[in-house]
Amino acid sequence: MNKDRLIISRRTLVTGLASTGGLLLAGCASRDLPPTYGNVLRMGDLFTYRAFRTLLPAQALAREYGQRDISSSPAVGNTNPGDAQQPTFSADRGPLYDRLRAGDFADWRLRVEGRVARPASFSLADLKRMPSRTQITKHTCEEGWSAIAQWTGVPLRAVLEAAGILPSARFVNYFAYDDIAEGVDMLDALHPQTILAYGMNGRDLPLAHGAPLRMRIETQLGYKSVKFLERIVVSDEFDDLGKIGSLQNGWAWYVGI
Amino acid sequence: MAAVSLDEVRQRSVARHARWVRVSHWILAASVLALAVSGFVILMAHPRLYWGAVGNDLTPALFELPISRNYRHGGWAAPVVFFPGASPVVSAARTYDIFNENGWARSLHFLSAWFLVITVLIYLAAGLSGGHLRRHLIPRARELSPRSLWQDVVIHLRLPLPPAPGGPPYGLLQKLAYFGVVCLALPLMVVSGLTMAPAVTAAFPVLLDLFGGSQSARTIHFFAFVALVLFLIVHVAMVVLTGFRRQMRAMTLGD
Repeated sequence: MNKDRLIISRRTLVTGLASTGGLLLAGCASRDLPPTYGNVLRMGDLFTYRAFRTLLPAQALAREYGQRDISSSPAVGNTNPGDAQQPTFSADRGPLYDRLRAGDFADWRLRVEGRVARPASFSLADLKRMPSRTQITKHTCEEGWSAIAQWTGVPLRAVLEAAGILPSARFVNYFAYDDIAEGVDMLDALHPQTILAYGMNGRDLPLAHGAPLRMRIETQLGYKSVKFLERIVVSDEFDDLGKIGSLQNGWAWYVGI
Repeated sequence: MAAVSLDEVRQRSVARHARWVRVSHWILAASVLALAVSGFVILMAHPRLYWGAVGNDLTPALFELPISRNYRHGGWAAPVVFFPGASPVVSAARTYDIFNENGWARSLHFLSAWFLVITVLIYLAAGLSGGHLRRHLIPRARELSPRSLWQDVVIHLRLPLPPAPGGPPYGLLQKLAYFGVVCLALPLMVVSGLTMAPAVTAAFPVLLDLFGGSQSARTIHFFAFVALVLFLIVHVAMVVLTGFRRQMRAMTLGD
């Protein structure tokens, strides 16, 4: 009868959805995925990451805006890594940043290491000689606000290729001159809009916005776009980056949501 | 439904809450509660709402809510001008230590949202295929006259309310409320919420056009939240006023 058929189809539906959920959660202990530490919130974050990577087209471009859409931009978090009063001040790298800034970042170098064939360090001039990309995009802060700005920089992909990224690489982690580090998977690292920005709104990246170089990840929230970059480390396995990473501080690692 | 005797009501209420309706009701109830609490905590981190693509402390707000110490905190360094003009494009560094519990609040929000999304999908699939929506929730054409709507409003305004059956058939206002929540408000909540997600709007930029920008979507998300809270208050009040024990038994044990 109609009712019997309904029950079967409903059961099929439930089983189907449950197994989809199982598939999405499978591999919790994998070193290819962020750990959950047995925390139910981190399990939800992992589910979101798996669901987005499964359901959304890979590397869709974030909307780019026009010059007239550029808005005012608050600078939040650490706005000067050399200032010991600021949150996330690093006792060893903070004074170093101060000296580099005093020299107008002439001695500043971005180190690229880890799973690359040719570990290298790039000066600002080196990076500016590489292919550049300018994009007017929206910065979405986890707090709830957003801002549109123009960013100019070198695609992260070009820098990784220059250092000879190895085929086994799965994650790109990046460290700042304050106690902040983040990481992304290869899909976001090689995304065409993922750039290392040295320019903002047509001028050099201002101090409060991450001088001399910051990450721009346009398909995730603002806190993945780390300011004041110091080095990039490519890895084969997931690294939670310890006390300076987002995970151990209670924040989701993947924030495309 | 017009006033009828208790016996008539009992006879007519052959349809009890099906088990899948009861299970999805309580999963949704728990999800909505967790979403409301975490959503409010998220709003506390930035209690300003905007219209359009972007909005932040340096741009005008549509309105502001005095719900945390972040309300008009004023802790900003002197602005630096990028582009001068009538409404200059500026930047300013924040000097104020804001209230921000979004680490757990955001993760709890999305965890609960997954439970809600999956439950609503199952509910709608089962409700459409099994006739639950058509038979119990979608008002019939003849019910939808201003006269019967008014009659039902009057019944609800008069105390004491007649005891209601624990389950369908529902009155006109009940049908409209339940249909509005499950088929309109909750889907609107999910879609406007996803319009704030940068990975989702990159994949489906049409969402930005649909809502007129992610900050508009955030504002609509807030108003839909207010509507759902109002529904929740009236819903619980009706359960209490029409026989709390009986209604709770009906929605848990199914009798």
